[in-house]
Order: sequence, then structure tokens, then C-alpha cells
Amino acid sequence: MSEVLLDVRGLKTYFYTTKGIVKAVDNISFKLNKGEVLGIAGESGCGKSTTAYSIIRLVPPPGRIAGGEIYFEGRDILKLSPEAFRKSIRWKKISMVFQGAMNALNPVFTVGDQIAEVIMLHKGLTKREAYAIVYKMLQMVGIDPRRAHSYPHELSGGMKQRVMIAMALTLNPPLVIADEPTTALDVVVQAQIMNLLKRLQREHKTSIILITHDLSLIAEIADKVAIMYAGKIVEFGTSEHVYLNPMHPYTRGLLASIPRLHGDIKKLEWIPGVPPDLIKPPPGCRFHPRCKEKFEPCDKEEPPMVEVEPGHYVACWLYAKR
Amino acid sequence: MSMELFRVEPDEKTILYVKDLKTWFPLRRSLSEILTGKPRKYVRAVDGISFKIQEGDVFGLAGESGCGKTTTGKTILRLVDPTAGVIGYRPRKQLLEQWRRMGYVPASIDKYGSIDIAKIPSKYLKPMRREMQMIFQDPYGSLNPRFTIYKILEEPLIIHKIGKTKKERYELVAKALEDVKLTPPEDFMFRYPHMLSGGQRQRVGIARALMLNPRFIVADEPVSMLDVSIRAEILELMMELKREYNLTYIFITHDLAVSRYITNKIAIMYLGKIVEMGNTRTVLENPLHPYTHALIKAIPDPDPSNRLRIREVPIKGEVPSAIFIPPGCRFHPRCVTLDEHPELKQYCTRREPPLIEVEKDHYVACWLYAKK
Repeated sequence: MSEVLLDVRGLKTYFYTTKGIVKAVDNISFKLNKGEVLGIAGESGCGKSTTAYSIIRLVPPPGRIAGGEIYFEGRDILKLSPEAFRKSIRWKKISMVFQGAMNALNPVFTVGDQIAEVIMLHKGLTKREAYAIVYKMLQMVGIDPRRAHSYPHELSGGMKQRVMIAMALTLNPPLVIADEPTTALDVVVQAQIMNLLKRLQREHKTSIILITHDLSLIAEIADKVAIMYAGKIVEFGTSEHVYLNPMHPYTRGLLASIPRLHGDIKKLEWIPGVPPDLIKPPPGCRFHPRCKEKFEPCDKEEPPMVEVEPGHYVACWLYAKR
Repeated sequence: MSMELFRVEPDEKTILYVKDLKTWFPLRRSLSEILTGKPRKYVRAVDGISFKIQEGDVFGLAGESGCGKTTTGKTILRLVDPTAGVIGYRPRKQLLEQWRRMGYVPASIDKYGSIDIAKIPSKYLKPMRREMQMIFQDPYGSLNPRFTIYKILEEPLIIHKIGKTKKERYELVAKALEDVKLTPPEDFMFRYPHMLSGGQRQRVGIARALMLNPRFIVADEPVSMLDVSIRAEILELMMELKREYNLTYIFITHDLAVSRYITNKIAIMYLGKIVEMGNTRTVLENPLHPYTHALIKAIPDPDPSNRLRIREVPIKGEVPSAIFIPPGCRFHPRCVTLDEHPELKQYCTRREPPLIEVEKDHYVACWLYAKK
């Protein structure tokens, strides 16, 4: 048995807005082993980014973690004080590659200074010592170390994203969360960034949580896949389970809607309708208003998560015993 | 192999063609550059491209960001002025009539009825907008947040004086909303853009483009900002409207997999030039240009065994700046094929490859195929 690195149990993250409580993440649980890559997929607004922000405890107000536990290396990191979390977990143990590298870097500092800041704060090194590491990190992500003295606007989108990855890996954390790391990048650059993540993941045995709406991208790297819909995980399993034997009608719909470059041109499928309002989610299974296969229990009771084959979980009444 | 040079030859089915189209953006010179008399530099966004579009085509323009595909689309609509070249467009009779009433007679009309819209003075462009419209990429940024959907869709009618009474305009707006399947229309008319989902907003964007009953539409990445799960729905809607209203599209995209489902012809652009062009199926199934090859290799597909291998993309370096375009073939500094064929180096680094026909209706600009 491989070692469990992250164990999320019943996580609830709600946004307390003036219009009501938005249940962005509503009671989700999953486990991630050391050295594994987990892909979280779903449409925009399904709570995948909020899940990431909850794990690194950066949920923006009016959002708050309303319940659940997140065990990281055996201890509940939600119980730590914000100060203790910042000192001992954030970036040292769990780091993040933010969505939109274009805007995540500070435009008035050189990229070297921004990476060095991380090292100086966490390791207490001088700037000169930190820069030695900066050069090494840039080299590792495939950027000429001289670029450390460049400002973000002098770099291309792909290079900025590499800087973001270098920054996330500086302290060699056991878990890196990558939130849409390649959106807004061109396909060629995207392939290069994915190759880089793959290579670094193998070399450093880092665990990665990759968050994206693009299931093709998750297939590039993930060992396990979680499909989220309206704040819930609806299917969870190994990549083979989810891609080759999708069970939940939502997962099937997502996979059928991907335009493919090879094979027959079949008519593309889509999922009709729009995701529900998370202030007032529909009763029963949250997917039932858009589901082709809904039947009598779906709008009454929420389907339980059932294990359909070892390690493959689905929350759908088609498979659950009542 | 015919090895014929590509030449634009419009015929009776051609609705639009461009010939040696160039759109250059001038850069500001510094004081010292002005004083020392240095020549002005240009961003050569579109640098001499030619193609023709037949009635009913969905013509794909594909390439990475910065290759000039959007500038091409905007130039064709005269939202950006071309630096050189011909944009031939065959207008409807009523447009010619309207121009005549405004006192404008196009300088020349060819035997198929095409005129060069690159030469039309800008004050006569307004009636042309009724025939040529655009669908924008960003459904969040391209709708005025202070206007209701009704107002957004009514505005083009008011500008072009269509629908004399308020009631008539109301009916046209309702009809347009029904066309894009935002039904019942009364439910959507008096909402603001922020109250709609991304897919619904893009439908409004499409409805707005259709308000004036155009025949030619430039769709600039219309689905790239939408979730994968609803892209197909928007694409299907676009195809349905095309059949219903006999539309012709230019479909600008960076996603070759999407273009495979919607376009029948495709041109691959790199740094302002077309490097490969032909029927979409032929180009994607039998890519000839090393750049097209790399683009296709880079696209991920949902196969879980991909995670066990590194994706090989046969391309080096990064896209150079469109100000300092490499001499010869502009792709040569990134070309992996050139490394395998050192004997071609004298051509690739010195002379621009011509766009030649390698098989029927399949054109490529690469010294690997061209006669030296």
C-alpha cells in the first residue's frame, strides 16, 4: 500500500453572500497517495478551484471553510492557526501554480526577485544565497538563468508559466496544486508545459493536483481523476476507470463532447442546460435536470457514493442500491 | 504532383478573396531614431496572404496566438485598414444600390461582380456592415453590461434604420432570440448580460451578428472561452443558422480539433503567412508543412495511456517577434525537418518558399516540396 499524503474528508466551503449561501464545495472526500497525480475536472463553477483554494487555505472572502477535515501527512491542517499554516505548510509542503500566469506575477519586480523572496522568507537565506537557488530552479524549468533579471513583461506567456512552476517547486514540496496551468497558452507551449510537469513529477516524486476543465489535458498526466459537478464529486477512479469505463452520465457527456483529431467525425454531443445555481441547488441528484437517464428517485434523494469496482466510485442512482 | 504556384482565381461561386493582403502596424520611433533617420519599423501582423472563399464555405484560419489570424479577420471587415493587397467581395444588389444613392460607385467591378473593399473610403463602409458581421471571442467582454439584451440587439436595427416602429423592431429581436434558441424570448430580452451564462451570452453575440441579415460572418474563436461541454451546442447552432440563412463563415481558431468538426477548408498561418491550405480533412490527415505537423502533435487527446509517455512535439524555440521576421522561410529557426535535411539550408534561410499545390487543392509553402 502506498502512503496516503492527503486525505480530504467531508470538505465544505461556502460563500456567504448577501443573496444567500453559495455551497461551492459541498461535502467532498478523496484521498491522494504520495507521488500520485490527481486530476479534478468539471465545468466552470463546479467548485474545482475552490477545492484547491481550500486545501492551501486561501479561500477568498466571503468564502469560508464551513466543515470537514483535511489531513495532510497525517495531521488535520484545518486545525492549525493561520500563522502556523503559513509557516509550516503553505509553500513548504503544499504549493500552487495559479491560474493565469500572466497576472499572477508582480510586474514591478524581476522574476528572480520574486522566486528569491520565497527562499529568503522560508529558509532565512541572504539574497545572494537565494539567487544561487533561483538560477538552478530556472534552469530546471528550461529557462536561461540570465532571465532571472527580466521583468515579467519581457517574458512570453510560456516562460511566465515556467517561472510560476519554478516558484511552486522552489521549496520542493510534496504536493503541488496546479490550477488551470495552461489555459490561455498555445497548444505547442501547453504540450511543453505538460511535459515539464510530467518530468518534474517523476524526478521529484511530487504529488500533483491538476485542476482543469479539459479532460484531454488530465489524461496527459493524471493517475486518478475526480469529476466534479455543482460542488460534489460525482465520479472518482483511476484514469483507466474514468476514461475507458465512465459510469456517471455526466462523465459520459463530458467525454462525448470533446472534439477529437483522430477517428470518425461523429456528431459532437453536448450536455444541454446550464449548471445549477449553488444557492438553491436542485433536490436529489444535482445533475438530474440535465440528465438523459434520470428516473424516479433522482429528483428526490441524493445518490450515495458507491464503489462499482475496486477504486472506482460513482454517485448515481443507476448504480446505487436503494 | 502538379507543383503549380497558388494563384487566386475568383469564379462565380467566390464570395470573398484576398490577394497579397498585408496589414502592418507602424511602431513609434524614438527621438534618436528620428534624428538619425532610421527607417520606421513595423509589426508585420499579416504579411502577404492570398485565399478565396466560396459561397457556403466555412473557412478556417488556424494558428497560434500572434500568427495574424484575428488581424486577417478584422482587416477583411475593414475594422483595421490593410497596408496593401486586394480584398475582393461580391456585394448584394441592394448594397450597390445603397452606395449609388450615397453617391459612391466602386472603382471597378470584375466580371463576377466583385469589388475591392480595401479601396472603399471609410465613410461608405456603414451599409457594408449589413452584409458582413463578426462574432467576437469573449462573450463576457463584448456585450455592454449596462444594456439589456433587448437593447443590445435593437441597436443595430436603429443604426441601420430597419424596422420603422418599435413593435416591428421588437418582433425582429424576438425572432433573433428564437433563432439562437433563447426561448421564450420574453424571458431573456430584459435581462442584463451578467444574468446569463457564458453559453447564453455567446448566443446573444451570434444573434447580434445576425440582426442585420448578413451573408458573411467572421467568427473569431467563438467557442474558445466556453466550457467544452457546451461548445458543441454553439457550433451546432452556428451550422444550423448557416443552412437556414445561407451564410458563409470565416472561422478563426487555434483549436484544430474544433476546426475539424466545423470547417471544410483550412489555412494554417504562421507569423503572418499561410504555410498550408486545403480541405480540412486533407490537411489534418495528411499534414505536409513541418509546422502543421507540430501543431497536430501537440494536441492532447483523452487517452489515459498518454500519461506514461512524454509528448514529442517536433518544434524548437519560441515564436519570434513579428517585427524582426527571420529571413527566408520564417519558420526555419524552429524547423526540426530542416535539421534532418541540411541540403535545404541554402534555400530555407535565404528565400521565402512559395505556396504551391502539392496535390489537388492542397497547398504548402515549404522548400521540402517546392522546385528550387
